[in-house]
Amino acid sequence: MNHDKSLGDVLKEQGVSRRGFLKFCATTASLMALPPSMVPAIAKALESVRRPSVIWLSFQECTGCTESLTRSHAPTVEGLIFDAISLDYHHTLQAAAGDAAEAAREAAMEENKGNYLLVVDGSIPLGNPGYSTIAGISNLEMLKEVAEHAAAIIAVGTCAAYGGLPHASPNPTGAVSVSEIIKEKPVVNVPGCPPIPVVISGVLAHFLTFGKLPELDHLGRPLAFYGNTIHDRCYRRPFYDKGLFANTFDDEGARKGWCLYKLGCKGPVTYNACATAKWNDGTSFPIEAGHGCLGCSEPNFWDMGGFYNALPESTMNLSRTAAVGIAAGAAAGAASGLLNRRKRGKAKAAHETVTVKDLQREEQS
Amino acid sequence: MNSAEFLLWVRGPGLNIAMAIFIIGMLIRLLEIFMLGRKRNLAELRGNGVSAGLRTIFTRSAPPDKNSLRRSIFTYVAGYSFHIGLLVVIFLLTPHIQLLQSLLGFAWPALPTPVVDLFTVIAMISLMALLWRRLTHPVVRYLSTSQDYLIWAATFLPLLTGYMSYHHLWFPYSWLLGVHILTAEFLLILFPFTRLTHAFTLIISRWYTGMMAGEKGVAS
Repeated sequence: MNHDKSLGDVLKEQGVSRRGFLKFCATTASLMALPPSMVPAIAKALESVRRPSVIWLSFQECTGCTESLTRSHAPTVEGLIFDAISLDYHHTLQAAAGDAAEAAREAAMEENKGNYLLVVDGSIPLGNPGYSTIAGISNLEMLKEVAEHAAAIIAVGTCAAYGGLPHASPNPTGAVSVSEIIKEKPVVNVPGCPPIPVVISGVLAHFLTFGKLPELDHLGRPLAFYGNTIHDRCYRRPFYDKGLFANTFDDEGARKGWCLYKLGCKGPVTYNACATAKWNDGTSFPIEAGHGCLGCSEPNFWDMGGFYNALPESTMNLSRTAAVGIAAGAAAGAASGLLNRRKRGKAKAAHETVTVKDLQREEQS
Repeated sequence: MNSAEFLLWVRGPGLNIAMAIFIIGMLIRLLEIFMLGRKRNLAELRGNGVSAGLRTIFTRSAPPDKNSLRRSIFTYVAGYSFHIGLLVVIFLLTPHIQLLQSLLGFAWPALPTPVVDLFTVIAMISLMALLWRRLTHPVVRYLSTSQDYLIWAATFLPLLTGYMSYHHLWFPYSWLLGVHILTAEFLLILFPFTRLTHAFTLIISRWYTGMMAGEKGVAS
C-alpha cells in the first residue's frame, strides 16, 4: 500500500475533476451543516492529507454495511475517497487471505501505531467467544487489541453501534456494541441497517479535515447527520399534521401518499439523514417507496414492537392486560362489595334498639 | 439505560402495569359504590327518577344561576378551559387515538396536530391559573391538601412533556416521548387512589342526586 500519495493525487489519477471534487466538499459541508466558508478548508485538507491507514473489523454482521458503501452508486467521489484511504484490513475487500491477511493487520497496526482509524461493523458476542472468531481470535480479543492504539474508532452500522440484529431479543450470543466494550476512547456511532453511504464517507471526511471526531448526540451519533428525526424532515409530514393517514398499504390514503404513521412508521423516533440525503444516488428513501420507516438507526429497533404496529401501541399485548385487569378488578370489586355488605348486615344484626326502658335504666345506674 | 431501552420499557411493561392498576383499581372503586345499595324507598314516587337523574348529569355542568357565575367566574372559565383542553388533548390527538384503537378496536377522527397543540397550551395556562388561585386565595389554600398539589402535578406533567416532545424542546425527542408516556402512566396509577376518580364518580353522584330529587318531585 502506498501511503505517500495524498488524497488529491489519487482522486486526480482516478479522473475526478477539480469541479467534481469541490462539489463533493460542498455537499459534505452542507450535510454536516458547516458554513460555506468551510468548503475550501475541507478541500484543502482532503487534498493534502496523507492516505490514512484504516483497519476494518467485521464481527457478527451481514456485510450489508460494506455493500452499502461499495455498491452505492459507482463510481462516486465517496467511493473514490474510500479508495484513497489505505484500507489495510477488510475481510471482504482485501486480496490477502488467511495468515497473510492477519499479517497485514498486524503490520498496519505496528506501522501506524496511534494514527490508524478503526472501523468496526458487526456486534461482539460475549456469550461464548467461539460464536464468532477470525483466524482463531475471538471478536472481543481482536477488538480490544486493535482499539488500543487506534486514533479513532468508528462503529459502522447498527450492529456495531448498538448491537443490532444479533442483539435482538433473546440475544442468543450475548451480542453487544463496540461502545459497551471500549470505554476509554470515544466511539463514533454511524448506525443504520445499513448506514447511508455519504454519512459514512462524511464522517471520514470530517475526521480527515479537522483531525478530530464530529460532535455527537446522546447515542454517540454525529449530530450533523443524526440531528433530525425522519418524521420532522419527511415530505409526508404535512399529512400527519392534517390527520390524513394511510390505513392499509393499498387504500386511497396509501395511493395519495398520505402519512404512514398508522402502518407502523417509526419515523418520529428515528434520527437519520434518509429524508434529506436519500438513497441510491439521491433517488429516494423508503417512505417515498410507500413503506414506513423501520427505525434502523435506533438501538433495539428489532424489538420496538413489530414493524407494522403503530408507534403508540404497546410493545406487549395491552388488550390482554386490559382483559385480565377487567376480570381481576370485577372479582376484587365484587368481593370487596360483598364484604362491605356483610359488615353492614352484621352491624344491623348487632344493633340494639334503644327503648324508653333502657334510657330509664341508664338514669338509675 | 439509553433512550431506546427506556422507551421500550414505558411502551411495554410500564404501560401494562399502569393500565392494570388503573383498571383493577377503578373497578374496585366503582363496584364498591354500586354494591353499597340503598334502603328501599317506601314513599310514593312523585316523579320520574330516571329522567331527572339523566338530566342532572348534564344540567349540573352549567352554573345554577347568574349570581353564582358572577361570584366565581374565574373558577368557571379556568376550570372549563382546562377540562375541555385536557379532554381534547387526550381523545383527539392521533397517537392517543391510535393507542385507544389498539385497546378498543375502533377509532374516531383526530384533530389536526396544531389545533391539539393550541388546546394543550390552553389547558396548561388554565392549570397554572388554577394553581395560582389555590395558592393565593386564603380559603382555597386552607382547604387544599397535599393530594391536591400531587394530582395537579400529575395532570400538568403529561401536558408539559407532551408539549415539549411535540416541539422538541431542550431534550432529544426519544427521551421526551418516553418521559411523556411515563408521566401519563403515573397519572393512570394515581387515578384510583386520589380524587382523580371524580372523572367517573362525577356521573354517578350527579345521577344519584338527580334521581333522589326527581323521585321526591323536587328540583335538583
